[in-house]
Order: sequence, then C-alpha cells, then structure tokens
Amino acid sequence: MLDRTNLVYRYDGSYQGFLCCVAECFADKRLPQGVQPLDEPQATLFSIKVVETRPELARRVEKSLVQRISPEAHRMVRDGFLTCMEDKELRLIRFILLGYQHGAKVTGMTVNDDVHAVNKALLYLKNEAHYHVEFIRFADCGGFLAAMITPNNMVLPLIVGHFCERFNTENFVIFDKSHGMGFVYQTGERPCREFFYADSLELPEPSEEEEKFRNLWRLFYDTIAVEGRINHKLRRGNMPMRYWPNMTEFQRDPD
Amino acid sequence: MDIFEKLEILTDAAKYDVACTSSGVDRPAQKGKLGNAVKAGICHSFAADGRCISLLKVLMSNDCAFDCTYCVNRRSQDCRRTTFTPQELCRLTMEFYRRNYIEGLFLSSAVVKNPDYTCELMLTALKALREDYGFWGYVHVKAIPGASPRLTEKLGLYADRMSVNIELPSGQSLKTLAPQKSKEKILAPMGQIRDGIAQNSKEIVRYKAAPRFVPAGQSTQMIIGASPETDRQILALTEGLYKIYRLKRVFFSAYMPVVADRALPALNTPPPLLREHRLYQADWLLRFYGFSAGEILDDENPDFNPLLDPKCNWAVRHMEHFPVEVNTAPYEMLLRVPGIGVKSAMRIRAARRQGRLDFDGLKKLGVVLKRARYFIVCGGKSASPLPMDNPAVIAGAISERGLGQQKMEPPEQLSLFSPTREDGVKCLTGQI
Repeated sequence: MLDRTNLVYRYDGSYQGFLCCVAECFADKRLPQGVQPLDEPQATLFSIKVVETRPELARRVEKSLVQRISPEAHRMVRDGFLTCMEDKELRLIRFILLGYQHGAKVTGMTVNDDVHAVNKALLYLKNEAHYHVEFIRFADCGGFLAAMITPNNMVLPLIVGHFCERFNTENFVIFDKSHGMGFVYQTGERPCREFFYADSLELPEPSEEEEKFRNLWRLFYDTIAVEGRINHKLRRGNMPMRYWPNMTEFQRDPD
Repeated sequence: MDIFEKLEILTDAAKYDVACTSSGVDRPAQKGKLGNAVKAGICHSFAADGRCISLLKVLMSNDCAFDCTYCVNRRSQDCRRTTFTPQELCRLTMEFYRRNYIEGLFLSSAVVKNPDYTCELMLTALKALREDYGFWGYVHVKAIPGASPRLTEKLGLYADRMSVNIELPSGQSLKTLAPQKSKEKILAPMGQIRDGIAQNSKEIVRYKAAPRFVPAGQSTQMIIGASPETDRQILALTEGLYKIYRLKRVFFSAYMPVVADRALPALNTPPPLLREHRLYQADWLLRFYGFSAGEILDDENPDFNPLLDPKCNWAVRHMEHFPVEVNTAPYEMLLRVPGIGVKSAMRIRAARRQGRLDFDGLKKLGVVLKRARYFIVCGGKSASPLPMDNPAVIAGAISERGLGQQKMEPPEQLSLFSPTREDGVKCLTGQI
C-alpha cells in the first residue's frame, strides 16, 4: 500500500467514523497523510477528503478485525481509540494494516514501532483509568452521588463498570470535564446506565451532612500520616499532583 | 466527646500499624449490598508520609489494659481514651466508602478490660456493618491474642483478612518489651487461623454456600529496630512465617520512638527507614523472585548492605552466574538479574518468542538498563561501559550513592568498619 499521499481524511470523530476511514484506506489502496476529526480547525494545505460514517460499513470492518486479525487486536484498536496518542487514527490504521499482514501475531510484535506506540498509549490509558478508580471522589448531592474528573484519555468507558458493580445500591453520575462526556447510573429493577454528552454539569452546593463527612475525611487524612516519616516525593510518585484538584482531601478552605 | 475528636484519637492510635492492603480476595458485588472486593487491592489516597491509604484504619478503642513498653496506647501513658460505638464506626465506614474514600475497614483495638471483652466489642461492630448496614467491601480485622478461639473464629467469618501482630522478632524481645504477651499467645491464634482457612477451603469445594473464613488470608507485622535482632534473624523468621503459617504478607515497621524507656532506643533515634526498606526488598525476593532467606543473607553477612539492594548484593557476590544471555536464559535466571523485575522478565519471555531481542528492543519493552546492563548480554553483545572482571567495580557502579550517604547508619548497624565516602570511591576504582 502506498504510504503518505497528499490527502487528509476528515471524519466525524466517532469510533464508527474511524472504522470507515480504515475501509476508505483499503478502497483507495493508499494511506492518507493524516486523519482528523471534523471539529478540529482545518489547518492543512493538503487536499481534503471527508469520510462519511456508515454504521453498516463500520460493523463490517469491526468484524474483520476480530476474524482476520484477532479479538485481542480488536480490543487494542477499540481501546486505542480512547487514548490521547498523537495521530492516534493514523497510528491505529498502520497497526491494523500490520495486523492484516501478520495476523494474530501482530499483538506480540511489541518491538515494532507502531505496535510499541499503540501499546504505550494503551498502558497510559490503563494506568490513568486505574488512577481514576483509586482517586475519584464522590459527593452526596441528595439522592445521588456525583464525581468530576479531568482525565487526558477517555477513561470513562473503562471505569464505569467497576462503579456500577460496586455502587449498585446508589444513583450516581460521573462527569468527564475534559471530554464533555458523562455517565449516569440509576438503581431500580432494571438499572439504567447511560452515557451522555454535555459541555458542563452544575452540581448543587454541598449539604451540611456532606460537609461533615468531607471534614471527617480530611481529619482522618491528616491524622493517619506518621510525622517521623513525612515523604512528599514518595507521595507525589504514588499519587501524581495532576489528580489532586479533584480530590476532597486537597480541597480546603483557604483559611 | 464528638465524632471528630474520637476519629482523631483512634486514628492517631492506629497509624503505627503498617498493613493497609485491601488485596487477596475477589468478591463480586451482590445486588442490594454496597461494595465488592478486588483481588489486587485498591489504594484510595496516599498520606503525607507516602504510604497508601486503602482502608479506614482505626482502633475500636484505645483504652488499653496492657502495658507494652513500645506502644503509644499502654496503660501507663497519659492520653485521651475513647471507644467507638458500633453505630459510629459503621456510619463512618459506609459514608466514606460510598464517596470512594476507602476500600473498607481495618479494625484493630487496644485490649479493653480483657481479650474476650475486646473481641465481643469488635464482633458487635462487624456484625452490624455486614448484616444491618449491608456492607460488602473489604474488612481487615486484628485477632486479639489471648481471646477464646470461638470468638476468633467468629471474627474470621465477618472479615476478609485477619492478622495477628507478632510485634517483635524474637521471644526474648517480647519478654523484655511486652511482658503481658508471649510467643505462644501470639502464635496460637495464627495457627488457628491457618487451620481455619485450610478447613474452609475444603468445605467450599463441597458446599458452594459454605461461609467464607478469612478468604484473603492472614498477615502479620513486626517492629524493626526496637530490639537487637540481626537482619538475618528477621529474614529467617519471615521465611518461616510464610512457610509454616502460610501468611500472605509479613509487614515490617521501623520503630518510631514514641515513648521513653530504658529498654528502648532513645527518643531522638531516627526510625531505621532504610533497614525497613531493605527488609521489604528482601521480602519481595522471597515471595516473587524465588530466593531463599539463606541466599540473601548468611553468617558472613548477617545484615543488609546499606549501599546495595539485596538483589544487587546477591548478584555481585555471584558473578559466576553472569552475564546471562537475554535471548536464551531461563525465566528464573532473568528474574535474578538486577534491574529486571517480574513484569520485565515476563515481557522479555513473550517478546523473544517473536524474534531476537537487542538492547533497543529491550528499551522498548520498558526494561531499565541502568543496572541490568552489567549483568546481561544480547545476542552475545554486552552494553556494559565497565570491565566485568572485578565485582567491586560493578558494585560501586550500581550502588545507591545518594541514598546511601544521607540515610546510612541507623544506630543498630554501627560497626568499626562502616563504609565511608572514601570506600565509595575505592569501590569505583577497585583499589583496596
């Protein structure tokens, strides 16, 4: 397949749209110069091709990933699309191409540049998702729990399963501010689980009861540290400061 | 006394307990109950001392009847005393848990009146938490030495993990510092829990609905630096505890001088943090790297090298095994290379099936070559910048100089020939 032609694909930014870009490459028999979502400002002098999203085609591509490469490769592509890897679309397309050449073996080719890039991005995604499982903080907003997160990768789809199980007795909402995307869980005979898109989410002021437990937690947090062993570097290593602004123990009144 | 003050006192009294892991059991969520448990455990925060906060670690009470010399809660200590009511404790656990602050509860207690009474107190709280409040998350509970076996067994049915603190690394030290405790009293519940777990694992095969007894296993902890044992004794004891009592973890706690006593190190003694760190490193070698205690420390070297971690230390003393060829070495040998851990070794094993590995490939796998390069060859090539014929040169190159010079020499490791700055240089040049 010809590499690097003077063509840039633009698609709607969805996973389905991306899969259609993959199909487009095969129809064109060549790799594009770049792949961009439509909402990104157009900043290229190369010619543009807008790729239309067709669910039927996307399904076919997805099926072929599973059958012609392997279920594991399919998972890597699907999760890889959630990462914040640079040029993720093009990287993934090249990974898929490699997969069609080598079959299921591709996932083990960890020393290859493209596979390595995808693996690295996936590791970052996985780690960030785990950090969120650890450090996400809910607030009781009267009748439901709410949490705000600001991740670099789209970790939401990876973490909601954990909380749906764990908090099956609670109504809760998690909102990802950086990607404008949220998730709602509502208890009931048939629990409702739904992703939604929004620019922002307004939460009510914390009640007195909520403030009390926040303060109790801050008190516990301060008390549990052993004075003789204070080690800020170790703490930062285990809990990157990027997550602190969303955590109750670090949200304090200025006084 | 309000809940804030109680929480402060009972947290403050519990914080010297090191174990705060929520690992060892996978318990799927149950509809209508709050929580589940994840095998690997989840940390929810890290305190200013850098240690993980996974569980709400509190004492049921700090109103102790015992008078152990090293303990902050001893009877003769003048401090505020209080006890949680079961409701307060349950409420705190539930509310913290649903805000994702914690993974569960770690309940320990001072001995109130007598061991049996204390056990009853903890039982009431745990029973309420599990049954009335429907809590399905992780519970770690301390067994109280000297309590009746029947009560210990009951506690185990509500808990995921149980632990009995062995406190000090030898029976002799126990006699001097904790006269009301004895080796036998501590080891009895440990043996009981081990047998209970073994019995339970048989019952579960037969009856699916059999109640689980301490599914996440048991752990223990001991204080390092309050008594005169050598590192070798401590490590041998640790190995024995893993083998004989089938413990999941042994924790070490660098002694913090919190009380003044003639039998204890002086109040201004810094905690032997480096020694504790080395013990944990050796502990990992025992559990995950296939080392035995006798390999790590022996009669000639009864204490850890402050400048080299135990694995490096073993490697430079056994240069006859090195360098190993990354492409062909057995997995067990890869694990013994300084700088290659379990993850890296597994990655290497998987990647070399696909093709030959070179140093560039190793870097892509995430293998850190800083130390490993002295001990490996890739396709017959070495990446060592130093000649390999003198182990002392290698030891000098991989020693932790920054760390070593700042924190070297906790008081119990004093010797006439403690390494000096010059020794570090001599190490490098190979001069004797």
